[in-house]
Amino acid sequence: MTGMIGTLVQAVGMHGNIGALSAGLAAIGAGIGIGQIGGKAVEAIARQPEAISKIQTNMIIAAALVEGVALFAVVVAAFLSN
Amino acid sequence: MTNGSILNSKIFRISLICAFFLILGIFPKSAFSQESTSESKEKKFDAKETILEHISDSHSWPFALPFVEEKHIPLPVILYTDKGLDIFSSGHLLPEGTVYSSGKNSYKLEGNKIKVVDASGKIDEEAGKKVMDFSITRNVISMFMGITILLIVFLSISSAYKKRQGKAPKGLQSWIEPLIVFVRDDIAIPNMGHKYTRFMPLLLTVFFFILLNNLMGMVPFFPGGYNLTGNIAVTAVLSVIIFFVVNLNGNKYYWKHIFVPNPWWLFIIMIPVEVVGIFSKPIALMIRLFANITAGHILILSLISLIFILNTIWVSPVSVVFVVFMDAIELLVAFLQAYIFTLLSALFIGMAIEEHH
Repeated sequence: MTGMIGTLVQAVGMHGNIGALSAGLAAIGAGIGIGQIGGKAVEAIARQPEAISKIQTNMIIAAALVEGVALFAVVVAAFLSN
Repeated sequence: MTNGSILNSKIFRISLICAFFLILGIFPKSAFSQESTSESKEKKFDAKETILEHISDSHSWPFALPFVEEKHIPLPVILYTDKGLDIFSSGHLLPEGTVYSSGKNSYKLEGNKIKVVDASGKIDEEAGKKVMDFSITRNVISMFMGITILLIVFLSISSAYKKRQGKAPKGLQSWIEPLIVFVRDDIAIPNMGHKYTRFMPLLLTVFFFILLNNLMGMVPFFPGGYNLTGNIAVTAVLSVIIFFVVNLNGNKYYWKHIFVPNPWWLFIIMIPVEVVGIFSKPIALMIRLFANITAGHILILSLISLIFILNTIWVSPVSVVFVVFMDAIELLVAFLQAYIFTLLSALFIGMAIEEHH
């Protein structure tokens, strides 16, 4: 598994644009993180519908923070791409 | 709801408004469309270059109306050299590559930066290091416009509060008051406790400055359409301000928490981690705001330039619908990023001034 990932990164780095690959990996990270946050928030609303506004506020805050981390990676990817 | 005609008229009104905005959207952001029609005979449309030009700063203000060729209003250039102050209009530098000699130095515009050249036109690097650029560029003028709007709104509200003491708020007051109360009750008090009044002006300024500039960046015509909070220098200044406020107001429990970790034998890894944390928290604030706003602008510009890359008009319904959807998300992001910046600043300040239990 790690061999496959290593070969992929080498191939992209030699022939292609590694900035594009890093932006894609950042998008995977953001997708997983925010998907988890959204899923747990929706479960919590299903358990206790009267707390919906507090849950929603906290979900949006957590999503913005996770997205911030993904955007650090996007900024670095923008530097790397030519 | 009970009467059928009320339901019909509400849906009818909403769909009329949607149709109006969709039709407005058929004319894409006009400064952008003129670029390709005037050069479609010579140059292919370069999406990357156009997008970067719209996002970055420049020494001229682009002035565009539909169906008229785009003009640039040149802005003043102010340079502080070691030989004195040099002020001239950037119109002298405008077709890019023109060399302009003032009495002291010769200058040439390269990209968006002004470089010092010698008589033959070669760039002189060491002389360039002694020249400090204080020009009024597009971002500076847009910041002045945003500040003017903020001053007008808030000075009128504060005078209205003084005149109408004890009475219910009226007009502009009642529009801004929910936002101010929101910053106070949901951001300042939960994070800073009872000492929040000292820092309320800072939090309100940061919140409304970021919110106004994010929103104005989304308006495609004058006086909007600039990208101020997406400029990393502006967000860097905001986070440097927060850095100084947090560290100058830290009481001894704050510094004790950083330099004396709880089990004393962990100090060898905790002290570097905490010291890096002092710097990384404002840096995270800076990059989060910059990247969110810039990414939003790039996304919307890319979706519209899709029409020009594929060079057909039949892509425009798809593109316009996507852009309307992305604009709604960008509205949410504008408010959310202002809220998150202010919330995290209040959190850091609260951690710095917190009393021990």
